Amino acid sequence: MPKRTDIKKILIIGSGPIVIGQACEFDYSGTQACKVLKSEGFKVILLNSNPATIMTDPAIADRTYIEPITPEVVEEIVKEEKPDAILPTLGGQTALNVTVAVAERGIDVEVIGASIQSIKKAEDRGLFKKAMKRIGLDLPESDKAYNLKEAFEVVERIGFPVIIRPSFTLGGIGGGVANNREEFKEVAERGLEASMINEILIEESIVGWKEFELEVMRDLKDNVVIICSIENFDPMGIHTGDSITVAPAQTLTDKEYQKMRDAAISCIREIGVETGGSNIQFAVNPDDGRMVIIEMNPRVSRSSALASKATGFPIAKIAAKLAIGYTLDEIPNDITKKTPACFEPTIDYCVVKIPRFTFEKFPEADSSLTTSMKSVGEAMAIGRTFKEALQKGLRSLEVGVSGLEDLSCEVSNESLEENLRIPNAERVFYIKYALKEGMSLNEIYELTKIDKWFLHNIKQIVELESQLSALRIQDSVDLLRRAKEYGFSDKQLGRLLGMDESRIYKFRKEKGIVPTFKSVDTCGAEFEAFTPYYYSTYEAEDESRM
Amino acid sequence: MKAKIALEDGRIFEGSSFGATGERFGEVVFNTSMAGYQEILTDPSYKGQIVTMTYPLIGNYGVNSEDVESRKPFVEGFVVKECSRIVSNWRSQKSLDDYLQENNIMGIEGIDTRALTRHIRLQGAMRAVLSTEDLDDKSLVKKAKSSQGLVGRDLVKEVACGQTYGWSNQKPDPPLVGVPGNQVPDTRNQKTDVTAVPACAGVSLRETDRFEVIVVDCGVKYNILRSLVNLGCHVVVVPAKTTAEQILKMKPDGLLLSNGPGDPAGVPYVVETVKQLIYQSSTANYKLPIMGICLGHQMLGLALGGKTYKLKFGHHGANHPVKDLKTGKVAITVQNHGFCVRMGEKTEKKYYMVGNEDIEITHINLNDGTCEGMRHRTLPVFSVQFHPEASPGPHDAQYLFGEFVDLMRIKM
Repeated sequence: MPKRTDIKKILIIGSGPIVIGQACEFDYSGTQACKVLKSEGFKVILLNSNPATIMTDPAIADRTYIEPITPEVVEEIVKEEKPDAILPTLGGQTALNVTVAVAERGIDVEVIGASIQSIKKAEDRGLFKKAMKRIGLDLPESDKAYNLKEAFEVVERIGFPVIIRPSFTLGGIGGGVANNREEFKEVAERGLEASMINEILIEESIVGWKEFELEVMRDLKDNVVIICSIENFDPMGIHTGDSITVAPAQTLTDKEYQKMRDAAISCIREIGVETGGSNIQFAVNPDDGRMVIIEMNPRVSRSSALASKATGFPIAKIAAKLAIGYTLDEIPNDITKKTPACFEPTIDYCVVKIPRFTFEKFPEADSSLTTSMKSVGEAMAIGRTFKEALQKGLRSLEVGVSGLEDLSCEVSNESLEENLRIPNAERVFYIKYALKEGMSLNEIYELTKIDKWFLHNIKQIVELESQLSALRIQDSVDLLRRAKEYGFSDKQLGRLLGMDESRIYKFRKEKGIVPTFKSVDTCGAEFEAFTPYYYSTYEAEDESRM
Repeated sequence: MKAKIALEDGRIFEGSSFGATGERFGEVVFNTSMAGYQEILTDPSYKGQIVTMTYPLIGNYGVNSEDVESRKPFVEGFVVKECSRIVSNWRSQKSLDDYLQENNIMGIEGIDTRALTRHIRLQGAMRAVLSTEDLDDKSLVKKAKSSQGLVGRDLVKEVACGQTYGWSNQKPDPPLVGVPGNQVPDTRNQKTDVTAVPACAGVSLRETDRFEVIVVDCGVKYNILRSLVNLGCHVVVVPAKTTAEQILKMKPDGLLLSNGPGDPAGVPYVVETVKQLIYQSSTANYKLPIMGICLGHQMLGLALGGKTYKLKFGHHGANHPVKDLKTGKVAITVQNHGFCVRMGEKTEKKYYMVGNEDIEITHINLNDGTCEGMRHRTLPVFSVQFHPEASPGPHDAQYLFGEFVDLMRIKM
């Protein structure tokens, strides 16, 4: 299907201020969308209240309104500009919410990307549950409540522990886990207040289950593709934005992955997102493989930004093209040029995203991690192994570590257990500490519910460290190479071998242990990449072109 | 243990071995699926090939007894970046290392698999040797050069069954959710004959009112059988050498030509069988519906007067976009083939197979424009180059089994 010619002017709604729970990812997606629509000859009107974005630079849209993102303002703009369509799916939850409110005021402008009905179906927990049941998908047991009395009735029925989720919020604000009546009262009250419509959902707790996400795209011809699968290092119970996440999924067999893929496809069809990207989250019980669907975002999301960078597939850009009528098979893959965007990227590296916290700036805040997002940013790293990507990612956080380093203090057994059991920003370092103290994988797993595959990889890092520290540098060439493959920095190695970072650098260069550059090409090297980008790793062949 | 893989053009990669040790030969190919290594290992179509996985971390979820596509692994060798030392999955029964060891399959890890993949992409799939015994580069390259290639070779006889057998859905996949045409009766508890019976010893198929499908086994993947059974078919698998006469005597409602390894030109006897069946169909009232998959598709092409050729490095992966020319819709398909049916230029808005204008091309690969499916204009005969049975890979093309069943229904 070619581009639509019946619409000429499109109103894009941005995401507003940067807050905890919503960072600059929507500035990126919105800017992409503006550029695409303009280059396709559409007139682009932009509403965004945040002047400190790329999106609101004068050259990005044809006309930019820096005004509060409220239904009243949108109504004014619609009267003034008379756009043919509103595109709300690239401005995060803020844009979706305001678009629903605008429609409810009776303003009649076509919404492209996702319909009002599909936004409601995805966002309203009750409607979502009903829709998922209709297509045969399993969900955690749940019910909603509009006041505290109703909330207690529901929890009587389901039993503790439960998760409380307010409807219509962003970044999961106001939600939480409750293990008893006291906790429940507190979280439920907060949730009722945070919800735009004073509604909370009380849900069977699947805390400790494995968490997965799929990034899905659909076009007007009903072609659906999965761009990326993501597995959370941290189990259910921690907001995805606060979890270490890994792409692609590591511990699913193909049978399980395909079941999830089928579920995601039927979900996007049932919700009715006609064009563009959606993010769909699943939980899997590690003991019996039971898979439940958690939620779907009928828009580009934080994870879409991650998936785009992780795979080389520009989700926001393609989503904008799909919204104006193109189909996936008509859009070329930017990187390979010769193949279409209608495919599923395959990657030949491991991607790790690590959240960045600044609890030091909020001394009063509870620094344990829950279902409300608390991180203020993130670092993403690519490596040929999980170990390499994890250490590169930690180094990139700029929190003063140059990899998976040791905690700077002694930890009592009690404190160690607590820091493993209660999720927190430093948990990965406590895992290392526990391994060095001789705690078994099973014990750590019982406390953290972090999949043993991840724990084992951390153990391999720890083991390599202890092997290295027993050697003199002259005897360590093979191990040194392996250490670089495991993502160790020269600084870390210097500390282990008791010498200066610069000497490690010099020594390994002499021995030919130098980084190579591999490209991110969407296709696992199956096709030639014309505009790839590179990541560094320690391998046999370097692909970079000077 | 130190191990090397040497290619016939002189390129050497060094790593360490896992699984079995020794020396193995094969054509080295790469597969771009990120999961599903167990299905890949046990896919008989990989006979004669050393498989490199482009995804670097393999073995993470171990091996179980359910996700097998045939009675044992058939790859000649398995090349990965890192083989996981720990397995993590609720269904896992053993590690990949142990599994390969038990089955005497050689694995090599620590390889820059991306470099190897790029090499194959640029230079083409080629003969190689994998060894822990001989680590002398010159000697290895010489061995690789003098090893057998795939062209013209009959690998089917090394993987296909020697006896006819029935199939009950004993190793079912988890039921698929929301796949059109797949809300099917549960046949898992129905008793079907699984014990092997001698080839075509007068097996009577007319005992139920379900569709009776004969599968010509050239190295069939179990999920083809599971898919047919899921749609209510009764399946009988016959050896590749079964003749047209024997097949017709069994009075099947439909015939499926399975996938299999290597070059379709290496199995002239199956091509001959198909030729005779089609001739019978075109002359008699009895028009037998035929579906071909992968090697089955290529053999059908040859039987209908077409030509096949070898692709530079083949298609091996789970993300190939294929357009159904009838509906315009794109399916993400699973592919595993090194040979391809030649198709002609577009005429009157349609493509035909080279060699027979009665054969219309129905599916096209969007990556490279090659032929992915075809059908006969007048007979109930169609085939696809990709794998509608998936396993491993997306279920998008499952609908084709439904189309096969529809052909059998119309015939009745």
